Amino acid sequence: MKLDAKIPGGPLTEKWDRHQFDLKLVNPANKRKFTVIVVGTGLAGGSASASLAELGYNVKTFCIQDSPRRAHSIAAQGGINAAKNYQNDGDSEWRLFYDTIKGGDFRAREGNVYRLAQLSTNIIDQCVAQGVPFAREYGGLLANRSFGGAQVSRTFYARGQTGQQLLLGAYGAMSRQIKAGKVTMFPRREMLDLVLVDGKARGITARNIITGEIESHAADAVVLCTGGYGNVFYLSTNAMASNVTAAYRAYKKGAGFANPCFTQIHPTCIPVHGDYQSKLTLMSESLRNDGRVWVPKKPGDTRPPRQIPESERDYYLENKYPSFGNLVPRDVASRNAKEQCDMGKGVGETGLAVYLDFADAIKRDGRDVIERKYGNLFAMYEKITGENPYETPMMIYPAVHYTMGGLWVDYNLMSTVDGLFVLGEANFSDHGANRLGASALMQGLADGYFVIPYTMGGYLAGASLSPVSEDDPAFRESAARAKDTMETLLSINGSRTVDHFHRELGKIMWEHCGMARTDAGLEKGKSLVDGLKAEFWEDVNVPGSAEDLNQSLEKAGRVGDFFEFAGLMMDDALARRESCGCHLNEAYQTEEHEAKRDDENCCHVAVWEHAGTDKAPVFHKEPLEFENVELTQRSYK
Amino acid sequence: MKTINLTLQVWRQETSAKKGRFETYKAENISTDMSFLEMLDVVNEQLTLEGREPIAFDHDCREGICGMCGAMVDGHAHGPQKGTTLCQLHMRHFSDGDTLVIEPWRARAFKVVKDLVVDRSAFDKIIQEGGYVSVNTGGTPDGNTLPISQEAAEKAMDAAACIGCGACVAACPNASAMLFTGAKISQYALLPQGRPEAYKRARAMLKMHDVCGFGNCSNERECEAQCPKEISIVNIARMNREFLKAGFFGE
Repeated sequence: MKLDAKIPGGPLTEKWDRHQFDLKLVNPANKRKFTVIVVGTGLAGGSASASLAELGYNVKTFCIQDSPRRAHSIAAQGGINAAKNYQNDGDSEWRLFYDTIKGGDFRAREGNVYRLAQLSTNIIDQCVAQGVPFAREYGGLLANRSFGGAQVSRTFYARGQTGQQLLLGAYGAMSRQIKAGKVTMFPRREMLDLVLVDGKARGITARNIITGEIESHAADAVVLCTGGYGNVFYLSTNAMASNVTAAYRAYKKGAGFANPCFTQIHPTCIPVHGDYQSKLTLMSESLRNDGRVWVPKKPGDTRPPRQIPESERDYYLENKYPSFGNLVPRDVASRNAKEQCDMGKGVGETGLAVYLDFADAIKRDGRDVIERKYGNLFAMYEKITGENPYETPMMIYPAVHYTMGGLWVDYNLMSTVDGLFVLGEANFSDHGANRLGASALMQGLADGYFVIPYTMGGYLAGASLSPVSEDDPAFRESAARAKDTMETLLSINGSRTVDHFHRELGKIMWEHCGMARTDAGLEKGKSLVDGLKAEFWEDVNVPGSAEDLNQSLEKAGRVGDFFEFAGLMMDDALARRESCGCHLNEAYQTEEHEAKRDDENCCHVAVWEHAGTDKAPVFHKEPLEFENVELTQRSYK
Repeated sequence: MKTINLTLQVWRQETSAKKGRFETYKAENISTDMSFLEMLDVVNEQLTLEGREPIAFDHDCREGICGMCGAMVDGHAHGPQKGTTLCQLHMRHFSDGDTLVIEPWRARAFKVVKDLVVDRSAFDKIIQEGGYVSVNTGGTPDGNTLPISQEAAEKAMDAAACIGCGACVAACPNASAMLFTGAKISQYALLPQGRPEAYKRARAMLKMHDVCGFGNCSNERECEAQCPKEISIVNIARMNREFLKAGFFGE
């Protein structure tokens, strides 16, 4: 596997401009001769489908839900960053670039991150033109708020529904192209395989979820926008259908998988409350602007919170990090909550929660002010827990939220497989070892609206592509294999349900590959996963048939891939001999229990190559070079 | 942990071509902290282990924003709790011993696919007729060159909050989708970006609304009452004005 990142030469600020000029163009009359497949209709997939179709390509777009408007980008609450400097507070492309690369603990490429910062401003203009109802100041100009530890106000928002509004903007743009006949939409399809002809990505095998039919779709290039793999932990803030299958099957066809162990655990989620629980709900981290995090000083203290006097409370974030206090970055806040609970100081029925208390803020600012700022979040909390956060402190606990790892891509967003592009959360490119708040929406839309339209042309203009049809043996073999896997799953007829296995897998991953990792724990996790995987293929019970809507069968296929992928995550965690960002190996930490990087030996992207079933994957490194920023130890004291 | 026992009468239908029927299931030891869908998960686990097919139902984000879930519970779209999607409805609102009747959305334009799953592609068709501003990617002016009053932005956002779940159609005695259609037309009618195409949009979207087989609005207000995002019927009135204006001023 050759890893050439294809970062253009020249000064950082000019790389993208120069590259755009260097990319070959496809003449307008020829664009209509090319077909591109886009899988996924979140911010990345929706925007890519619309933009490519506007240029004249024929686009075939696939999504797993009944409508392309429902992808999980829709659930993003907080906002989207852009270096507009509308607030005159010293923001710039360079500052957004620096914050993002530092926030990622210096494990992302300078060239990619700078381009992201550059494109951030175009995104806002595009979305405003589409009629996205961003929040406004009294004078009618766009409003901003500060977010995610940044020292400037650069976050644009639409109430607590920014992701929804941006996604509906992209969905609208794509709907317009469907009407124009340039996008053909295939809803309720699940991609089961990537099809290669002559070593190039030339199509996919997909299952029609309603009829069960296995379909082959050929094209000149394939764009994966299939999101992250947080559901390997079973409980996460991801949607129920979010999965790794498309990315993992592409990996098995030769696409390198980069940094799979980089998983972000978000600190302000509603805690787990029972075994039956199916997902976790995130509350915007803006809550930490006014809420104070605490636990009882004495382990095992079960008194109701209001009966615990001030002197017996431990405001551990404020005590430990006097200058950032409750506003430390996500990874630091999450690890500290776990540490407190591990000491037995956790609260609530399970002991796996800490308090987030607004009593002081309400006393200081009045209930009205707090209600105006956080009313919708408080209402959501009350709806789920049945407790009123104006009167009793909220309980929060960290939950798996975002995966920075993903398929490896070069500067053109092309994977190690020619003709396979990967956008949005599904790729690994821009967030390093930790993503900052309000950056995911920015990346998804930058990739889809402003990067792929150029780089796709560059690829198609230069590639020699022989005509390929769905009758090609490669498609028939792929479809036959997909059918076999389904038949196997249906014929096991065991005694445990798919959800049972998924839940158990999640527990292993959370325990051994979660917020704080050790070599021994990862090794143990690997052997537990292997054992459970073997049991899965012998004892899973998948009812129904493959010929109609069968939600158990869909889940079984995804969980089967999660089992294999879990091993890859733990291999990656073991291979990274340092801590960085969200990846903390307990053997590598500073005296204050912060992640301690090893820039001399680990300043690289870890890329994994599939070597065959039951064979250890091959480990490759893409060295990261920093010419414009100085690598420093993050400190939030 | 408080638990309750329930009896469920659930609509089961193998495919759209086959006849459906109600089947009765016991949901036992249901924690009151569960969501409604988690309660269905528990029943499905039990059915699977008994060798029966689990109940098919649509769901995805489980945090009330994707619009994928939805069913009639005792005749209410998304259940009896106001302003709540089915995934955010919690079992603490039910009592031990309750019998719940669970059905799919019923409308001519929403064919039942299986059990509680319906086909809502008609909504996508309505949007394709003009639920957007016709701008291509790139070449757009700076966002702040177009000031928009806070009031207009807020009202547009009120309308844009629609999640496209279909509860309005299921709640309406005429199976009308005018709240859904009106919300989208309103969002763009209120914003300057949407004005150039306003008349064309109102006509084309309403035409598709009728072609898809949705009924007319007769001011029953059930849509507003059962909408999980509490979208106001003011948006239907605004849509009607846009449609009338299109008749006078449009081509």
